[in-house]
Amino acid sequence: MLRIADLHVRLGRAEVLAGIDLDAAPGEVTVILGPNGSGKSTLLRAVAGEIAYAGSVQLAGHEVARTAPWRLAALRGVMEQASTVAFPFTVAEVVRLGLQSGIEAGEEIVAAALAEVGLSAFAHRPIQELSGGQQARAHLARVRAQVWHPSGHAGPRWLLLDEPVASLDIGHQVEVMAILRRFAQGGGGVVAVLHDLNLAASVADRIVLMAAGRIEAAGPPEAVLRDDLLSRVYGCPLRVGVAPARGPWVLPPPIEALSA
Amino acid sequence: MAMALDLPHPGQPRAARLRPWLVALLLAAALLSVGSGAAGVSLHGVLGDLLSGQGISARDKVVLLDIRLPRLAMGILVGAGLAVAGAVMQGLFRNPLADPGIVGVGAGAGLGAVAAIVLGGLLPGALVATFGQYLVPVAAFLGAWGATLLLYRVASRGGRTSVAVLLLAGIALAAMAGALTGVLTYLADDRQLRDLTFWGMGSLAGASWLRLVAGAALIAPALVLAPRLARGLDALALGEAAAAHMGTDIERLKRHSVLVVAALAGAAVALAGGIGFVGIVVPHLLRLLAGPGHRRLLVDAALLGAALLVLADLVARRVVVPAELPIGIVTAVLGAPVFLWILLRRRGFGGL
Repeated sequence: MLRIADLHVRLGRAEVLAGIDLDAAPGEVTVILGPNGSGKSTLLRAVAGEIAYAGSVQLAGHEVARTAPWRLAALRGVMEQASTVAFPFTVAEVVRLGLQSGIEAGEEIVAAALAEVGLSAFAHRPIQELSGGQQARAHLARVRAQVWHPSGHAGPRWLLLDEPVASLDIGHQVEVMAILRRFAQGGGGVVAVLHDLNLAASVADRIVLMAAGRIEAAGPPEAVLRDDLLSRVYGCPLRVGVAPARGPWVLPPPIEALSA
Repeated sequence: MAMALDLPHPGQPRAARLRPWLVALLLAAALLSVGSGAAGVSLHGVLGDLLSGQGISARDKVVLLDIRLPRLAMGILVGAGLAVAGAVMQGLFRNPLADPGIVGVGAGAGLGAVAAIVLGGLLPGALVATFGQYLVPVAAFLGAWGATLLLYRVASRGGRTSVAVLLLAGIALAAMAGALTGVLTYLADDRQLRDLTFWGMGSLAGASWLRLVAGAALIAPALVLAPRLARGLDALALGEAAAAHMGTDIERLKRHSVLVVAALAGAAVALAGGIGFVGIVVPHLLRLLAGPGHRRLLVDAALLGAALLVLADLVARRVVVPAELPIGIVTAVLGAPVFLWILLRRRGFGGL
């Protein structure tokens, strides 16, 4: 379980997270939504153990702020919003960096992780030569290699992802969502920050909608993706429809209506 | 999953093939170095004497054991130290242009060494008599350590290093160290001034087993420890946050890297004065030849750095016979163009 209780984070003078209470279960995909500056990434970084916080963030029973980096690394992989690689490492070398020490069949995991994101053919190309979207997929493969088996003998593992599809075309966006889905089905936990409401609706078991450092609503997509709630939080008139056999979908307003 | 192993692996075998060549290069350089010198003692001749059962003459013995071998050993230590210091520093700052000599760490080490030479006389005589030969290397190490810590504090924010800030801070640091060194020069007496001049020229000419032991006490452990930083430095190439997420203890990695850089650069400066560009050219060439992985790079850099410095020393001894050039001039003449070439190539990657 991921248990967050009364989480506060200050960055400089601003209180970026003002009291977050949230539980997320393994086996589920939890998607964090919210407008720019609502604290989504900060929440993810706090869960990742990257920043100091007040309150409690427990991942599989470990308070992350007091857990050694190597122990956390065996428990969860984190895909950062943007990663630049300083030296001309090949794609395979970058993915291999994700492998934790003592892991068995490391090379097979590297190859399988590359195959999962469709980059097998690029394994030995310097990562700096790839396009932005390909680099993002390579980093996803690295994070996947770090927690390859969704569930280990020490319990479920977690994927924490900050806008993993921001630079991807729609085909690869869907592929990444499928990867997250499979990881959750395998017993792992997934927490992802997304911007695309419809993508969120398609993959999430649970959606957490944030605004101004607090949780505005949390629950299954049908409960959170509502006209009134979304329009208020995003400050923009949004309509939610229902696609047959698919669930909710969100339609932006016609731009003419806004510019008139 | 078996297809994993069918993937072509172009980088790997090429990289693995490089190591024997580096060892061979170092051996060849070492033989050349031992076999040549102003005294005209040749290895060939000495071997001939040995094989014919005559034994080596006393003069040849002195030339080989007390002049050429310590000089060779010092070249190996200093070259390996400078190259590995450069590689670790570049990994720490996530930039292939970081080099102890360029960003002021060498100047900090120099300040420490000069302070030890000039102010060492103020220490109790018994202390100097016992630890005298360690004084300059340790002071240079402390100077380099302080400089590296300061640089990291100034130039790195939140896991990103601004190269502009790094270089400018290095210039400021070098200026400050230079000024303090100047003040110390004023305080120095005649004998100390002579020591300073000799040391400052950057040369392996002052090699002796005694000085070598003092420098090796810092360089050898740092060279042995450096490869243990490899995994952390590899991870750090993706940024501090990503490295931490993958399990690297970032603060410990930084502390240890700074100590290794300071020990290597400090002791190298203490032994041989200012020798530039080895730390930048050697790791760069190796990254081109065998990839940027630090596990391989840190060992290969020691080999190639040692070989190149021994060869540079040979050149320094040969070009203006019977005098010799300061080796720093040779490495600068050979290294500076390579540095400029790196700069030109990197412009294609969206600037620095």
